[in-house]
Amino acid sequence: MTAPRTYQTEAIIIKRIKLGEADRILTIYTPELGKLKAVAKGTRRPKSKLGGHVELLTHSRLMLAQGRNLDIITQAQTIDNFLPIKDDLDRLSRGLYIAELVDSFTGEHIEDRQLFCLLLETLKQLSQSTDYEPVLRYFELNLLDHLGYRPQLRRCTDCNSTLKPDTNFFSCKFGGVLCHDCGFNEPAARPLSINALKVLRLWQNCDFTAARRVRINRELAAELEQIMREYTKYLLEKQLKSTAWLDRLKSEVSPK
Amino acid sequence: MSADSISAAEPISRLIEEFNKLPGIGPKSAQRLTYYLLRAPAGEVSALADAIRNLKEKLALCSVCLNITDSDPCIICRDEERDHTKICIVEEPIDILPLERTKKYKGLYHVLHGVISPTDGVGPDELKIKELLLRLNDGLVTEVILATNPNLEGEATAMYLQRLIAPLGIRITRLARGLPYGADLEYADDVTLSRALEGRQEM
Repeated sequence: MTAPRTYQTEAIIIKRIKLGEADRILTIYTPELGKLKAVAKGTRRPKSKLGGHVELLTHSRLMLAQGRNLDIITQAQTIDNFLPIKDDLDRLSRGLYIAELVDSFTGEHIEDRQLFCLLLETLKQLSQSTDYEPVLRYFELNLLDHLGYRPQLRRCTDCNSTLKPDTNFFSCKFGGVLCHDCGFNEPAARPLSINALKVLRLWQNCDFTAARRVRINRELAAELEQIMREYTKYLLEKQLKSTAWLDRLKSEVSPK
Repeated sequence: MSADSISAAEPISRLIEEFNKLPGIGPKSAQRLTYYLLRAPAGEVSALADAIRNLKEKLALCSVCLNITDSDPCIICRDEERDHTKICIVEEPIDILPLERTKKYKGLYHVLHGVISPTDGVGPDELKIKELLLRLNDGLVTEVILATNPNLEGEATAMYLQRLIAPLGIRITRLARGLPYGADLEYADDVTLSRALEGRQEM
């Protein structure tokens, strides 16, 4: 038998489950190998040398050894631990939502450097911001864009007419906006305010800094969140588990 | 199942199968345990059987702290010697054992039976948080010690509880997070080290 092969990679830890007495199976997102699962041994013991380096929502440099089934993490060194996310319940909850979104939308072993960069940038932006909704929406839109689900926001997805500055509709089934007339005949479509459409269009085509500069009021934020949530739910055919917690957090204990 | 257990007499193969379900017990260990019991004195075997049966029949949750107990309220909650103004909040009943071993804590406990984990769909309603708030409402408690695990979910739960309890005007403390005794500084992660620096103490 040859010696086990080892390799190094950067990774963001997006999920972890317990394994046996003190081990964990991590789901990590890497630039070169896409999403993969790996075993982190002994991480639940207080004196584990991996410990905090492989905590959820941490950007780390990892050394892995090829295992029979799953690869095994042998060394880990934190690059960025995103402490501002972990120190704040509101940020942390959004961070977990982002991780769940990536985990749900990606398959294993598909290289996607751009997605890795988007995820990394999103966590950076989240740790600096106090207005989380634009960060989340920008991430969702760009994630979908990148995966080939870019919502069509310029023309009516049914009759292809240019949209009038009026209340239009958003349809998950059509993957974009329906004009007033088409939307009226599509019972599953939801009304989309002119402001929401404008903001979505902007976010689809600008960078993160510009996206964060957009100030949206509570009502508009709620509308945008609802649209993106319905659309992701439609595409995934399931509701993300962390959304229930986000709702709970907003309704119950948010200081603002 | 392996061939031997199928060819063995029914009571034997059944016990092997049951042992096999336990964590860390494979088919071979299950066989060894079964044949050991077969040869063991009857008293020893029935003592084991009783112990297993009692585990489910005699145990219940303490109506106060929700620890697992054979008497209600549990031995800790009943103890008049203990400080009834302090409550230490832990994730699981098993977390009480190491805290008790320190012999440093004389207050009461509250077991949450889990931890908030949004991506697993575990929210406050799945935990014993309502019970905790009811306990805090009687005005007797002056300090709540958050002793959830120092990992992401434990911290999230602690931060959530802090928000819930803060309006009640009760002192809220969190177990110090830092370097474990006997550890190496070079392997410490940045979060642990930052916490250790923040919590440094005069010598």
